[in-house]
Amino acid sequence: MDLEFDVVDMGPADHVEEGEQVPDFTRPLVNDEYWEDASLSELTEAGPVVLVFHPMDGAFPATYIWNELRDRDFADYDATVVGLSISTPYEHKTFIEEREVSFQFFSDPANGVAEKFGVVNDLDGMAGIAEPRPATFVIDGDGTVRYAWVAREWPDFPDYDELEDAVERVV
Amino acid sequence: MSDPQLTLYRLQACPFCERVVRLLNEYDIEYDSRFIEPMHSERNVVKRVSGKRSVPALVDENTGAALTESANIVSYLETTYGENRLRTPEPADDGEAEVLRAGEGS
Repeated sequence: MDLEFDVVDMGPADHVEEGEQVPDFTRPLVNDEYWEDASLSELTEAGPVVLVFHPMDGAFPATYIWNELRDRDFADYDATVVGLSISTPYEHKTFIEEREVSFQFFSDPANGVAEKFGVVNDLDGMAGIAEPRPATFVIDGDGTVRYAWVAREWPDFPDYDELEDAVERVV
Repeated sequence: MSDPQLTLYRLQACPFCERVVRLLNEYDIEYDSRFIEPMHSERNVVKRVSGKRSVPALVDENTGAALTESANIVSYLETTYGENRLRTPEPADDGEAEVLRAGEGS
């Protein structure tokens, strides 16, 4: 962004890096009809996964990110594109409808997955709430991270071209 | 990870659903939980698998049964998996596991 002031600098995150094995987790996975517990490894067993951490549903960055991924036809890749935020399954269902996306979303209100990935964002002004930094991970079918991007400013958005290139390298 | 053959469609805090869960746990049967939303208009998946929009609904891949109504489901579980079971799970016989009585939210 081109602004006349400094955007909040979150500094570097000690996050899961390219080449590392991705930490596994199980959380409710929400689609347009229901949710059920699913693990990341179940998804990677079926092929590459694009895991997108995003601010809580309803915050404008969540809207921007998923509109962009929808409009760039990320759903057409031979990969599972899946979101994750601290929003509840009910909120994810509404979000899926409002954004008119076919993607699925993990629900992680306690933010434990962001802790595992090293991408926690403690929210100023919302006592007791932390959520993930915006972050994208491209994971191959063996569970190896092939591309990692984690926000360093607040707000910050994925480099979508770079993400597309990364996905195209693994599918 | 094992892949349970039973899928329970349930609504959070629905006592009829918890009744079924209690029995599944008592029999130590593995199952997947799929949570749906309160609004009936949002329950197309349940209608698709069971013919009705009520929960609980249970789909048993072992037998091909798709049941609604907690009393029906409990009775089915007792006769299929209980100590005094009347039959062993056998291949699907469409219609065999049809809903026995109509009713809402039971």
